[in-house]
Amino acid sequence: MGSITLKNVQKHFGEAKVIPSVDLEIKEGEFVVFVGPSGSGKSTLLRLIAGLEDLTGGTITIDGKDVTEAAPAARGLAMVFQSYALYPHMSVRKNIAFPLKMAKMEQSAIDKKVEAAAKVLNLTDYLERRPSQLSGGQRQRVAIGRAIVREPSAFLFDEPLSNLDAALRGTMRLEISDLHNQLKTTMIYVTHDQIEAMTMADKIVVLNRGNIEQVGSPMELYLTPRNLFVAGFIGSPRMNLITGDYARSKGAVTAGIRPEHLTLSKESGTWKGKVTVAEHLGADTFLHLDVEGIGQMTARASGEFGAHHGDTVYLTPDETKLHRFDDKGLAIKA
Amino acid sequence: MATQNTRTLARLMMAPSVVVLLIWMAVPLAMTLYYSFQNYNLLTPMNVSFAGFFNYQYFYTDPAFFQSIWNTLLLVLGVLAITVIGGTAIALLIDQPIFGQGIVRILVISPFFVMPPVAALIWKNMIMHPGYGVFADIAKFFGLQPIDWFAQYPLFSVIIIVAWQWLPFATLILLTALQSLDSEQKEAAEMDGANFFNRFIYLTIPHLSRAVTVVILIQTIFLLGIYAEILVTTNGGPGYASTNLTFLIYRTARLGYDVGGGAAGGIIAVVLANIVAIFLMRAVGKNLDK
Repeated sequence: MGSITLKNVQKHFGEAKVIPSVDLEIKEGEFVVFVGPSGSGKSTLLRLIAGLEDLTGGTITIDGKDVTEAAPAARGLAMVFQSYALYPHMSVRKNIAFPLKMAKMEQSAIDKKVEAAAKVLNLTDYLERRPSQLSGGQRQRVAIGRAIVREPSAFLFDEPLSNLDAALRGTMRLEISDLHNQLKTTMIYVTHDQIEAMTMADKIVVLNRGNIEQVGSPMELYLTPRNLFVAGFIGSPRMNLITGDYARSKGAVTAGIRPEHLTLSKESGTWKGKVTVAEHLGADTFLHLDVEGIGQMTARASGEFGAHHGDTVYLTPDETKLHRFDDKGLAIKA
Repeated sequence: MATQNTRTLARLMMAPSVVVLLIWMAVPLAMTLYYSFQNYNLLTPMNVSFAGFFNYQYFYTDPAFFQSIWNTLLLVLGVLAITVIGGTAIALLIDQPIFGQGIVRILVISPFFVMPPVAALIWKNMIMHPGYGVFADIAKFFGLQPIDWFAQYPLFSVIIIVAWQWLPFATLILLTALQSLDSEQKEAAEMDGANFFNRFIYLTIPHLSRAVTVVILIQTIFLLGIYAEILVTTNGGPGYASTNLTFLIYRTARLGYDVGGGAAGGIIAVVLANIVAIFLMRAVGKNLDK
């Protein structure tokens, strides 16, 4: 249960073609992350799958059944919203029980399921509270609880962690991954945060202006980005993109080298640069450099590499890790 | 109001309005209280004397007294029921995106701009008139006997007129409340399998409870004092069928020239209003402190 197929899915809002045409295959039990900048259509795509928006064209199939015209509730999916969308006047118990009540389940069965979900999510002590009396992380768990009890064929997450602070986001990331390992249910997760995408996904779908730029496992996207957009979007700090003579000498229009594939030295190297900003993170130091003949570049150094604003450093690229792109921005296969 | 300084300043700035409001409220109340214990009739204005509780006894034993209180409550409850239910329905309708939405909304709200006696006269002469009113025409079209509204259903007619006037107010408040309902909550309920009816029961109504409370409280204040609509339509009749407490006070004080009796009625009205207020705050006030 939980395979989803999108075929030629289109969505227009008036003249604006938010999603020109998307084909996508999601396998049972996969953790799929839709990632892209804001306005890339990732949330729209999720809402189309959920049934909260009508398709302009194409078909959506869930478990072999065409659900293109089906109502949201009939699709057997559960969604966790960015704002959690908890019902403010209901207790946590009633919030979690709501979908079961709507399904006209017996009260004793509802109670059992709610208790079980609360136990999984560490909410047992909070069942009688109202959402307003909970912290952000707890609300998030209630929203997930409300999704779990329905035993959906797939979970949809719409930027669920963006309202949480950084520390909590890290914890919730682990909890959701953990949940996926326990339930083994298909999950589709929308985010603009490529770190969430990289850490959680089995499969990442990179979207840009409603088009799928690339689909692949996190490491595939990192190691072999198909085009400039994916190269620039995946990886943090961003890949350095170099045009001009250096790129031409490698037989490309644009050459890309990740900050972690530059070797730094204070004595000698291929390029000479001046440090504009040094970000000391402890284990790592990110150096933003003004490199002669190339321009702005970012390099990752180990924490011990002492460099400050105004220092001169030398860079050497690891050319086996070089990415090459042609004039259309597509990667040139080695 | 963090510091002593700002607190003192704030009190100083508030003082003038508080003083004015206090005088505005306290002086008429004190004068009414004073006159309610006086024998004071405008036909014999020189003969003023202390009356004890005679005025209260006189007002209480007026054959219209209990009926007028009953009518007052019926009027308030009837109008509240129509405006809250009707207002919710209209708000739900005009919340839908339609062509000419702005104009429709203005039209819906416009009855509120018509002053009460004018509205009542229009209803009396153009809509409910048994001879050439719109309702009579409709009845005749279907071959029915036209209803003489103000003779057959006097209080109900007044309720309809007042409800028509207050419907826009309720609609407006409830519409803004509807619009503040989080769309993600609606979508979440949709995903949870709640149909339109269930979404309305479990999501919209609880969300509207606070706005409904506001509508009920504000309208009750004004509805207890309904007077103009009765004066220009039924004049309290037939008999006392559409006389409410306010109108009875008017009859006593202005038609009977009995200032003392009218003042006693006024004090009784104040007591009644406070009783209603206590019950209201008990019943719906808790919706406000969330």
